[in-house]
Amino acid sequence: MLLHEAFEATCERLPGKTAIICGRERVSYGELAARVAALAALLHERGVERGDRVALFLESSVEFAVAVHAVLRLGAVFMPVSALTKADKLAYILVDTRCKALLTQAHLRPVWDDALQRSPCVSSCVVAGESGQDGRLLGWPAPGSAGAGPRCRELIDQDLAAIIHTSGTTGLPKGAMLSHLNMCSAWNSVQAYLGLREDDVIGLALPPAFSYGLYHVLMALGLGATLVLERSVAFPIKVVESLVRERVTVFPGVPTLYAALLELSGIEGHDLSALRIVTNAAAALPDVHLQRLRELLPQAQLFSMYGMTECKRISYLPPEQLDLRPTSVGRGMPNQECWLVDEAGQRLPNGSTGELVVRGSHVMRGYWEKPAETAQRLKPGAVPGERILHTGDTFRTDAEGWLYFVARSDDIIKTRGEKVAPREVENAIQALSGVLECAVVGVPDERLGQAVKAFVKVKPGAVLAERDVIRHCLARLESYMAPKSVVFVEHLPRTDSGKIRKTGLQ
Amino acid sequence: MPETKATLRQYIRDNFILGSQAMNFADGDSFMELHILDSTGFLELVSHLEETYGITVKDEEMVPENLDSLDALHAFLMRKRAA
Repeated sequence: MLLHEAFEATCERLPGKTAIICGRERVSYGELAARVAALAALLHERGVERGDRVALFLESSVEFAVAVHAVLRLGAVFMPVSALTKADKLAYILVDTRCKALLTQAHLRPVWDDALQRSPCVSSCVVAGESGQDGRLLGWPAPGSAGAGPRCRELIDQDLAAIIHTSGTTGLPKGAMLSHLNMCSAWNSVQAYLGLREDDVIGLALPPAFSYGLYHVLMALGLGATLVLERSVAFPIKVVESLVRERVTVFPGVPTLYAALLELSGIEGHDLSALRIVTNAAAALPDVHLQRLRELLPQAQLFSMYGMTECKRISYLPPEQLDLRPTSVGRGMPNQECWLVDEAGQRLPNGSTGELVVRGSHVMRGYWEKPAETAQRLKPGAVPGERILHTGDTFRTDAEGWLYFVARSDDIIKTRGEKVAPREVENAIQALSGVLECAVVGVPDERLGQAVKAFVKVKPGAVLAERDVIRHCLARLESYMAPKSVVFVEHLPRTDSGKIRKTGLQ
Repeated sequence: MPETKATLRQYIRDNFILGSQAMNFADGDSFMELHILDSTGFLELVSHLEETYGITVKDEEMVPENLDSLDALHAFLMRKRAA
């Protein structure tokens, strides 16, 4: 089975049904199919073929969904890139993957314009909100003229469908390579326990460039449900109004988003009775928010889940277990196996603490052209030829095998539900003139989970203010990566080998 | 009060915009669409308004119509101060 087949079947079956609602835009499945065909035709004409990488530097939008399905039907590989990404990282991804085409939008021009100048491999850049052609820049095609549009007939489920970049401890993003089989497997496992339906209205306030949001776009459109894209997360009341207005039945969120919604005064006054499934991932919900959500939405099933880009999802807690073990993320999901190992890789019995490992057909093929990082995560399993995903996350199990998150084994910071590599932030701060050295850590934060905090030692005579450092980072990094606070220090603690010692920096 | 609009523009520039990003945003441009402010940025902006101008921004006033452009921000501030 190929990742885009369910969507194409829906378009044939339900052409008149509303597929996506985004702001004032409402698009039917028939209209969506025509837009996909038109974009696929343009990309085909521009030479995009099976296996080519195509970057999607787009906000949560109808164009994003169109782009995913147009790239897939050509047998090419889509790479979602967060709309918050700045030029340096975008250029790195484009060049590193020898990306053939970039699909983006007019509003993001300052970033892609800069990145494109450094990316000669990109032979076409298709821009939503613009028309005409200027060299390799092309306007987004209007639907209508393409008919059914071109498609790759040779494609099989072993081919790559997507490369999703995730933060690496080295500070450079790693591209998790996912085949059609990987993604369809993850989808089927999730669907087996979540039970989404054609009559669902799925409210998506999460960015679709990350795995959690992306799968809701794929699943909603594959099932023939209606997807409501909500971009105003900065304005929680707008998110609530949209849940009410569209009678949203399924809502995926992360702790920071739930905190913002639950803190709204008068949220009880809104009719949220249509919600039947509410999910949380990326980090644990604080107890108080868990309780608040259950009081507010007594009719809804609440799923606590755990996963990672490298295989999408690993575990979920069945809603009926929530009262019994509120801090557990469950015992795995259908059609996969997960267990804990010790440092020697030996399987541990229930009631132990160790690294969580996972096997299943949803496990990625590796990181794009990063053999060392791949070997660290994917290790040989008991079945010859099989590779097991070593998550790098430490869990404990209770006597019945229920999983409880303990800690990450690397120094990645989780803030607002997103991963931040301290090294990446340090590299950015180091580029600021006046900075001698710096160290970045995550500190506990009620709203963000962890907040990014920087310790900076300035060069003699240099004068810097906290805001200078933050502003500098905002210009270079995704906004969630910029430090929330900066402390200037006389010296940074060192280990015996001369490295900066981060333990104790708070 | 034209000086207030200039002051607000200066605040946005000083705190959120730097270097190659420093486009000259128009008074009516959306901060969100241009990625000048994100959700944390809007919270910082609201704290700044409350501290600097002695107003209180209610939850239901945290909407793009009040905050998501220099024009909107200025009009909102004028209304709050008149109230």
